[in-house]
Amino acid sequence: MSMWEDLLLFLSLKDPNVRYVVLGLILLSSSCALVGCFTFLRKRALSGDALAHSVLPGVCLAFIITGDKQSLPVLLGAIVFGWLSLYTMDYLKRNTILKEDTVIGLVLSVFFGIGLLLLSHIQHSDYVNPSGLDSILFGRAASLVEEDVWWFGITGVILVTVIFALLKEFVLICFDEPFARSISIPVKMLEVILTTLTVMAIVTGIQAVGVVLMAAFLITPAAAARYWTYNIKHMLIYAALISMSSSVAGAYVSYSFPKMPTAPWIVLVLSLVAFFSFLFSPHKGVWKRWMNMRNNSAKILEENILKTFYHLGERENVEMGYYTEQQLNSIRGFKKSDLKKGLRKLIRLGYVKKSGQSYTLTNEGYRKGERIVRLHRLWELYLSNHVKIAADHVHDDAETIEHIITPEIEQKLEELLKSPLIDPHQSSIPPSRW
Amino acid sequence: MIDKVENPVLEVHDLTVTYHRKPVLWGIDLTLPGGVLAGIIGPNGAGKSTLIKTIMNIVPAQSGYVEVFGRPVQEVLSRVSYVPQRESVDWDFPASAYDVVMMGRYGKIGLLRRPRKSDKEIVMECLRKVGLEGYHNRQISQLSGGQQQRVFLARALAQGADIYFMDEPFAGVDAATELSIIELLRSMVRQGKTIVVVHHDLHSAQKYFDWIILLNMRLIASGKTKDVFTEKLLQETYGGKLTLLTNISELLEKNQFPVREKK
Repeated sequence: MSMWEDLLLFLSLKDPNVRYVVLGLILLSSSCALVGCFTFLRKRALSGDALAHSVLPGVCLAFIITGDKQSLPVLLGAIVFGWLSLYTMDYLKRNTILKEDTVIGLVLSVFFGIGLLLLSHIQHSDYVNPSGLDSILFGRAASLVEEDVWWFGITGVILVTVIFALLKEFVLICFDEPFARSISIPVKMLEVILTTLTVMAIVTGIQAVGVVLMAAFLITPAAAARYWTYNIKHMLIYAALISMSSSVAGAYVSYSFPKMPTAPWIVLVLSLVAFFSFLFSPHKGVWKRWMNMRNNSAKILEENILKTFYHLGERENVEMGYYTEQQLNSIRGFKKSDLKKGLRKLIRLGYVKKSGQSYTLTNEGYRKGERIVRLHRLWELYLSNHVKIAADHVHDDAETIEHIITPEIEQKLEELLKSPLIDPHQSSIPPSRW
Repeated sequence: MIDKVENPVLEVHDLTVTYHRKPVLWGIDLTLPGGVLAGIIGPNGAGKSTLIKTIMNIVPAQSGYVEVFGRPVQEVLSRVSYVPQRESVDWDFPASAYDVVMMGRYGKIGLLRRPRKSDKEIVMECLRKVGLEGYHNRQISQLSGGQQQRVFLARALAQGADIYFMDEPFAGVDAATELSIIELLRSMVRQGKTIVVVHHDLHSAQKYFDWIILLNMRLIASGKTKDVFTEKLLQETYGGKLTLLTNISELLEKNQFPVREKK
């Protein structure tokens, strides 16, 4: 079967197993992502991780008592231990000198350790059918059945309903809790509800992705979504969509390559999406910042070359002289390749002309070079007259500032300094041509 | 010099507050008349912010009580507004100026309900009053410090309260904005509102406020500006903490000793 047919068969959901897995994952991932947004915004990512690990003893104890591995008791056990871990963290934070990171680390490892202890006890005793309980560690996303889908559906509906009903209050306590208390909003109650939702999401989520990967399932969609928007409603929707599509993609990978584990693939896809967002987000992506830096250094290089032409002309008292690369380099040490690149760009932009081995400014280029020199000298004068910086210390500052001064600031400088003619180093300041 | 007024809008009675068992406010007793612009003045660590947080019941008191309009503050929250310090929140939070100001209406809107048309109009009106009418869609992370402070102020206005407690509303604000804020506060006072401002600049305090509360772990003075703004009282406020009081505070913290015996 080709990849393509394989994908179509998967997406057609004809196979009931695929259907349950895909449906279950969609329900589960979106509800976890929604709750995760609040965990993320309240900066509780680490306690979310601790919470996910801490439910393990609850699950094992429920199994030891009831001998059953997928049912209400397991859910209840997990909820009890989830709350117990949160309470312990809160208690330790308030009543010991331990700092928050220590408390979280401590609770995570102690609870998880006890859970592992109970788990190995179960596996070495003669319980009926303990197989599969260890899937609580790494999840069993590939073997979801109809009953799971019902569970996830019910949990999902509860989570989504409560979140959208109390959205404005949840957002408020994430943003400014003291203010929320000052306007008679029942903060304590809302916090308990939000925490209950988080515990519910974690307890259902670990069925699919397991205790160990749960934190990624909770936090990563929110972290990725945050890069694409400043609107919290959009953030919730993006997080849910990112999580759903990553989960389905992960399920598809393990469907076409049956040896591939589902949950780790889901988390891997999620992390790739997060990494992509981190690199390419239009607001604060690394790529955007990098491009910005590149543009800035190109602008600086071009303006420095134009300025050099002007300086050479000023020295020889000609306006539009012809100069070779060596001459340009004699005034200012450009890197050879930079100078060539800059000149090519300036020719393309119509600021410089080339004839033979020499270059000269066009009228536009001359104006531009002159303006940069003017801004440089205006800024030097401002620094020395108004900021009271010694005349021999103002040059380096002006070297950068000259490239960023806007026409508005230029005009203000002009007014403040009363259209000056001479800079602190006795060079003449070219007049404004505006 | 502690001026006791008849029919106060705010009464603080024998208020003692501790952080980790260390007392930060000792036995504060004060009354405030309605319709004044009052400043709480004192050095760093004097407990100015703590005082208004305790009045708002955000920080618990170890002893004493607070009454606003003659009732415990929880019963009259709809008439009281609190403006936290600007640095107390994360301004990178995904919200617009409009969203934050709308939060001021949440108490009136109630749980499970959405903002009504009237709420939206009030929000826009309050943004206009603080001079941010063109900025309602602006992300709060992209506002300057002074604009963020004005967003907080607009949020307080949107509450439509009768008494306002503001924690350092002039921190990180440029001179022109500071003047426009003070003008706004004065016009609110003229409409009969009471405003209490935590402030640490002594020079402007005398110009801005008509009532001054001098605080340095204990209440040094509370009264009309002309009565309170004396060299002697300022010297007492800024001339260092009372050594013995500080010693006892540290002793209480070290031994985890309660500041009041259990009743």
